[in-house]
Amino acid sequence: MRLRLERREHTPAWFGLALPLAAVLATLVLCAGLIVLAGANVFTAYASLFLSAVSSKFNLVETVVKAAPLVFTGLAVAVAFRAKFWNIGAEGQLLAGAMAAAFVGAREGMPDWSLVPTMILAGAAAGALWAALPALLKTRYKVDDVVTTLLLNFVIFYIMTALLDGPWKDPLSGYPDSPDIRMEAEFPILMRATRLHLGVLLALLAAPAVWWVMRRTTLGFAIRVVGENPTAARYGGHNITAVILVTALLSGALAGLAGVGEVGGLHFQVMAGLSPGYGYTGIVIAMLARLNPLGVLPAAFFFAVVVTGAESMSRATGVPVFLADVIQGTALISMLVALLFTNYRLRVVGSGHV
Amino acid sequence: MSEIADQIFQVGFLAALIRIATPLVFATLGELYAERSGVLNLGIEGIMLLAAMTGFSAAYFSGNLWVGVAAAALTGIAAGALMGFLTVSLGLSQHVSGIGLTMLATGFAFFFYRLIFGQPSTPPNIHAFEPVAVPVLSAIPGLGPALFDQTALVYAAMALVPLSAFVLHHTPWGLNLRTVGENPRAADAAGVSVAATRYQALMISGALMGLGGAFLSMVQFNAFTFGVVSGRGWVAIALVVFGQWSPWRCAAGALLFAFVDALQLRLQASSIIELPYQVFLMMPFVLTIVAMTLVSRNARAPAALLVPFRKEER
Amino acid sequence: MTTAMSSPPLLAMRGIRKSFGAVWANDDVDLTLWPGDILGLLGENGAGKTTLMNVLFGVYSADAGRIEIAGKPVVIRDSADAIGCGIGMVHQHFHLVPRHTVLENLMVGRKGRHGRLDRAAARRRLDGIATRYRLRLDADALVGDLTIGEQQRLEIVKALFQGARILILDEPTAALTPQEAEGLFDALRAMSREGMGVIFISHKLNEVRAVTNRVMVMRQGVVVAPETDPRKTSERELAELMCGHELTPPVKPATEPGRVLLRLSGLRTSGEGQRGLRDVSLEVRAGEVLGIAGVSGNGQRELADVVAGVLAPSAGTIEVDGRPVPRPSPRTMQELGIGRIPEDRLGTGLVTGLPLSDSMVLPWIGRPPFSRRGVLDRGAIRAFVEEQMARYGIHAAGPEARTGTLSGGNLQKALLARELAHDPLVVLASQPTRGLDVAAAEFVHRRFLDLRGRDRAILLISEDLEELFALSDRIAVMYEGRIMAVLPIAEATVQRVGLMMTGVSEAA
Repeated sequence: MRLRLERREHTPAWFGLALPLAAVLATLVLCAGLIVLAGANVFTAYASLFLSAVSSKFNLVETVVKAAPLVFTGLAVAVAFRAKFWNIGAEGQLLAGAMAAAFVGAREGMPDWSLVPTMILAGAAAGALWAALPALLKTRYKVDDVVTTLLLNFVIFYIMTALLDGPWKDPLSGYPDSPDIRMEAEFPILMRATRLHLGVLLALLAAPAVWWVMRRTTLGFAIRVVGENPTAARYGGHNITAVILVTALLSGALAGLAGVGEVGGLHFQVMAGLSPGYGYTGIVIAMLARLNPLGVLPAAFFFAVVVTGAESMSRATGVPVFLADVIQGTALISMLVALLFTNYRLRVVGSGHV
Repeated sequence: MSEIADQIFQVGFLAALIRIATPLVFATLGELYAERSGVLNLGIEGIMLLAAMTGFSAAYFSGNLWVGVAAAALTGIAAGALMGFLTVSLGLSQHVSGIGLTMLATGFAFFFYRLIFGQPSTPPNIHAFEPVAVPVLSAIPGLGPALFDQTALVYAAMALVPLSAFVLHHTPWGLNLRTVGENPRAADAAGVSVAATRYQALMISGALMGLGGAFLSMVQFNAFTFGVVSGRGWVAIALVVFGQWSPWRCAAGALLFAFVDALQLRLQASSIIELPYQVFLMMPFVLTIVAMTLVSRNARAPAALLVPFRKEER
Repeated sequence: MTTAMSSPPLLAMRGIRKSFGAVWANDDVDLTLWPGDILGLLGENGAGKTTLMNVLFGVYSADAGRIEIAGKPVVIRDSADAIGCGIGMVHQHFHLVPRHTVLENLMVGRKGRHGRLDRAAARRRLDGIATRYRLRLDADALVGDLTIGEQQRLEIVKALFQGARILILDEPTAALTPQEAEGLFDALRAMSREGMGVIFISHKLNEVRAVTNRVMVMRQGVVVAPETDPRKTSERELAELMCGHELTPPVKPATEPGRVLLRLSGLRTSGEGQRGLRDVSLEVRAGEVLGIAGVSGNGQRELADVVAGVLAPSAGTIEVDGRPVPRPSPRTMQELGIGRIPEDRLGTGLVTGLPLSDSMVLPWIGRPPFSRRGVLDRGAIRAFVEEQMARYGIHAAGPEARTGTLSGGNLQKALLARELAHDPLVVLASQPTRGLDVAAAEFVHRRFLDLRGRDRAILLISEDLEELFALSDRIAVMYEGRIMAVLPIAEATVQRVGLMMTGVSEAA
């Protein structure tokens, strides 16, 4: 008598929502163990984690602001993974976009009205190019994309800190953060007395836009086919290399926009701590969303809540704030296991042989 | 240029080189075992970090460094078993499982370190391993002190290289492992359990990665910090490709990387070359990407790497 | 060469039944093997011989029946059990590691001495086997450097290393030169003299007659001739046993073949062993079905890949409707009007994980009406898919059903619909009715005849002789990458075609 995984013929439609929810639930249950180890009450801890982020209008808006870069990185990874381009470099592409935006935003001699649009375009382009490099290495030289996208994160981080220590060092404070962008380059605020900036709106628009590209254009179709069955795609006349390259450009651009938003709407400069791992969280978000661009929105919001709420929870209960990191890793693995059930079901089998 | 050469030939450079290479050797050999069995273990960065933390903590509280080393190794073994469960038993994507494991292990490392030690104004540290000089050999002029006056873990790493080569090529287990990584069906047809072999490989892999982490927090530095690994795990992945999956060549790759690393530390300190220090920090990573590119075109990876094995009908 | 009847046979399989879905691959099959036997197991593709051997070797578990080794019943659950019973199998696809040496391939899974690999002992054993059975191998050679014949020799030695007394060989001479084949036969004769039993699966009659002492013929899961002396039976009789009675092709409406729509001249591809194409020249005309007969593995796959534009020939030319195609690619061949029904529906044709509608528009997605300027017209796609589903009777949960959930018959209909909807000039169909029930197969045939009636050309590659005879205007036979002959249907008989399929050329 053993457990065996058996191929499933049909995936019920309600799995689409049930699986991520099951994964999140499993995550919370597993992480409850850590809360207990930390000597706190599970319900109190989770209550302060989840509720503090949405308890007041101000907090809610802050959470939404925090979700904006997560939406972009989640979209970036979702697009890339669809083509089986394993883009672990969203973090670096984000930084590339941020640096380009900061560079443009601080420029004198550009007409005021052109600053914001140029920042956006430059940031997207920078992210796209930073993702194109590993894609080229993969298609031409068969270099593993996981390792190259990862290593490039470190490379661009060092480039950034080198610039911050050198030509971009703040002459006034001496701190390694870049000069502020011009006032005219700051993203407009959409809601008075809050930090709800243009980047948030862009993120909210990007999700359906990416959904539309993936579902309603030939490009999106080609991306999906190349990811599912490159051989059938090739026999069907598609150009695999071109598709992967375009996927990388699109993915990198989205990650770059995450950086643009943080610089243009929130920090107005580049500093070393600009991204506390948004690019990596994007991976978990994309998987929870099952690579569906629209699903990225609630998943990103969930993680924004976790990240924001962890601080308050930590202050209130003494549970280390890094519970958020554990939740992230557990969620990814839980989702992977949950996804197994789209294609397989668990069966108990006896043995019957001649 | 001659000033750079001066730096290289200074006393202590070689010793530093060996020290810097050691955690890489552990990590790379660890990844090697996993990949030769056909599994890409992307959990390496997280495993090293978590093991560094558990090793340091165990050593701190027990007062015994070797207890710490054991704790680190056990941490790695457990992580390897988890990776085995996800990729071998459940057949999940090796790429995403590994990333998930790194995230999870990293989260654990941060969480438990904060839980155990809080946020003291002076970070806790331990009395790190002292070098142990090998009699006679350490007196050899030039090479002696560098190679034979090192800490115990360095000797372990040195021994592991020829030991791994021996195990892989001269023992039945090693042959079975290599066959599982090249053609699991052939191994299965010969009565070798592919699943058991991969689990074993992953647990050994984790143990070695754990030792690499232990070295970082207990020898190279005498404390655990959040950035104690900073990318070395990922470099090890690239070094396995660069070393064409052979223990000696992987060790050579580790030495090469350590050479660049040690050099950039010296150059920074001595301000011979006026470049931002980050350029030096970046060099090893850039070189790794270049090396991988040069090698990947004709890379002879284990043929069954990344291919899940299922005993199936039809 | 049979021993006295008082001792039990080396191997007895009784009443073996095995089904895959609705198809009985083995239906109440008996097989007996005596010490010293070299038993030939004959049959077309799908006759059930490989299934039977897979049951014996533990790859499949039979639904019913029993197996006895030397008179004692045994249970075989997996290959390890089979090896333990003294059964060894040499498959068509080798289980070797090219990067390891001969010795290393032999030593896998065996214990060492004091934890070390005992190379010396393995070498001695190899030498012993080499001498007894005339199977020489260089112990330190890398398997990747060996010829296919030597690799096969290694597979046999591996089986002997593991103590096999019964050896199964599945189409062993497929990739061997005549000299290598002779070497193999010498080894088999040596094994027979030592009292081992050999089961030799083949479709090559001349070889079967050269080396076996008994022959068993299977057809469609059933044994049609349990005990035949190959030397007392002519090749014609054997071929007829394999393929069945003479077939009277149904009357097809007469057509006047028109212009040449596809011309292949002197095609050559570099395939491994004997699988590449050798100097293949064919012409298919408008209003004609050209059938390609032959046992799979004789170059049909390569031919299909060349016509599909996926495999570039190393020599030769392709012309579609009179226009030369200097650099074939899947896109160009599609645009020139070549439609393709592949033999692996879900491998290179449709995409398992995507909705059916996506699979069905896959090659045409970049053109109107399915998309304009890069934007998909989902309505047009849906309308197309629904129309095709109705017209071809494709049963699925809906156009959005996951492609992988469709049955074989419906997948084939979907493929047909996809390719035929764009009115191709030439349809290349490989094993179009494999795995289909009678109704679905008939549907496919009617479609082909309909195309033929509208002056289209069909290149039909099939292992099913009935199908070929029913549809073709001319039949070509492929063997070892060559076209043996092209016969007009009126002059083609199952005997003639069957013989050529087994390598007997007519000039002989």
